[in-house]
Amino acid sequence: MKSLVQVQDVGMRFDTKKGSFVALRDINLNISEGEVVTLIGHSGCGKSTLLNLIAGLTLPSDGVLICNGREIAGPGPERGVVFQNHSLLPWLSCFDNVMLAVERVFGAKEGRAKLKARTKAALEMVHMDHAMYKYPHEVSGGMKQRVGIARAFAMEPKILLMDEPFGALDALTRASLQDELIGVMGKTGATVVMVTHDVDEAVLLSDRVVMMTNGPAATIGEILEVKLDKPRNRLKLAHDPLFVEYRAAILEFLYQKQLKQAA
Amino acid sequence: MTTASMTMPSSMPDKASEPLREKTIEQPVASSSATVAPVVDTPAIKIGRGQLREALSVLVRAVLPPFIGLALLVGIWAIVAMKTSGFPGPLKTWDAAVIIFSDPFYVNGPNDQGIGWNILSSLKRVAIGFGFAAAVGIPLGFAIGRFKFLNAMVDPIISLLRPVSPLAWLPIGLLVFHRADPAATWTIFICSIWPMIINTAVGVQRVPQDYMNVARVLNLSEMKILTKILFPAVLPYMLTGIRLSIGTAWLVIVAAEMLTGGVGIGFWVWDEWNNLKVEHIVIAIFVIGIVGLLLEMLLLQIAKRFSYEYS
Repeated sequence: MKSLVQVQDVGMRFDTKKGSFVALRDINLNISEGEVVTLIGHSGCGKSTLLNLIAGLTLPSDGVLICNGREIAGPGPERGVVFQNHSLLPWLSCFDNVMLAVERVFGAKEGRAKLKARTKAALEMVHMDHAMYKYPHEVSGGMKQRVGIARAFAMEPKILLMDEPFGALDALTRASLQDELIGVMGKTGATVVMVTHDVDEAVLLSDRVVMMTNGPAATIGEILEVKLDKPRNRLKLAHDPLFVEYRAAILEFLYQKQLKQAA
Repeated sequence: MTTASMTMPSSMPDKASEPLREKTIEQPVASSSATVAPVVDTPAIKIGRGQLREALSVLVRAVLPPFIGLALLVGIWAIVAMKTSGFPGPLKTWDAAVIIFSDPFYVNGPNDQGIGWNILSSLKRVAIGFGFAAAVGIPLGFAIGRFKFLNAMVDPIISLLRPVSPLAWLPIGLLVFHRADPAATWTIFICSIWPMIINTAVGVQRVPQDYMNVARVLNLSEMKILTKILFPAVLPYMLTGIRLSIGTAWLVIVAAEMLTGGVGIGFWVWDEWNNLKVEHIVIAIFVIGIVGLLLEMLLLQIAKRFSYEYS
């Protein structure tokens, strides 16, 4: 498969009052087209920092990041982002929130009716077409996140970056959104990088699980290939010995090798 | 006896229960109006005695305290008027008010016009001065909020000038404009501009980083950022600035007009003082208060319309 994103010897330092703080070091990662990669690790291990680097929201102190053959110098619509707290604009309806992104990406070459159809299709894909003219404060947290996902998908990005997209949701809503995401990824064949702290989520959704060591100066500890057949079904997987094995491997990494020192 | 007490509760609580019924309807309507309608009808027919009493007590609790307060004010006023000479009591003032408001829009030359004209010309000055202040202050506030350098540059100037009474600027206005009317408008401009600049700037600085990240990820143009993100996010702050500005402007216009003369509620107060018609001054005080209250309420309504739930 063609490699889409290359992360080469990337390090990240933040200048703080106490001097410079090394968040990430020596990160090397290749992400192929159509691949789903999750980043997992304890909090503070810099997984969100790595995602922001790929998004271009922050620029690395060392090394380079390349997307689609070009160096990442800032954010761009070919890299869609789903934020943890949905980040919908409260003064726009769900439809207009998605439309804003669609207009930006396709507005130059497509007519108004086509743009609207795109927006509607994106909202239908996440089953939000029944509430698309509602405002964000009128719908539940899970629905807001659906709209956030629709917004990112509607831009037809080369790669989709998700920063703990379901972190703020309750377990049941999270499960239904994960299933939704599995469906959408299956349909679109999207390339996804997702930050999570949920082991089950990581195994369920990804082709590769990138496990990160504890910060400061975090780096990639291990990479686990998940060779489960797609589409995946959470009920069947629960008893699948391979699933259990993957799960155990990640847990072992997180809670044995990288056990967080009691602060 | 019995008929009177029978008819009273049947007619009175009907009105009292209406706002309550409306409230109970309002919420479910959002989800599904079809299923709710019959449910509402039944309790409306057989409202229990307890519910009636509750509705009545809600009404009493809402109306009674302000009524007692106002009655107390009028009572003290009447006592003070009785004890002093020359200060008109409530009745005398009421009679004068009836005469004044029976013909609010008469014109007997430039210095003798009805109270309606006086209020309107004061409001006109406030509107013009405020309009200019908004036209200058809001863009300036945006610029200050967006660019740190500009903020650091302008901040000391604002800190220095803001505490100055706007009336101190009146002579400058007279000097520059040579006429009383634009000078009064000028003081309104000066006093309205500070809250507008400061609130707009604070609003811009407090636009949540999440929204700016959305703008960056979507790579929106400066124009789109301004219209779709900055402006709506700052609007509630701006409206607070506008409310504060108008409040101060309405305070200042009375004083400014006392000094400049012409037609206006402030000038009218001073004119009536020279005529020793104290009851008219009392009327003016009420009128100024009521107009100020109405302005405040109007702006609060507008602000409510544009406030979003950030969740």
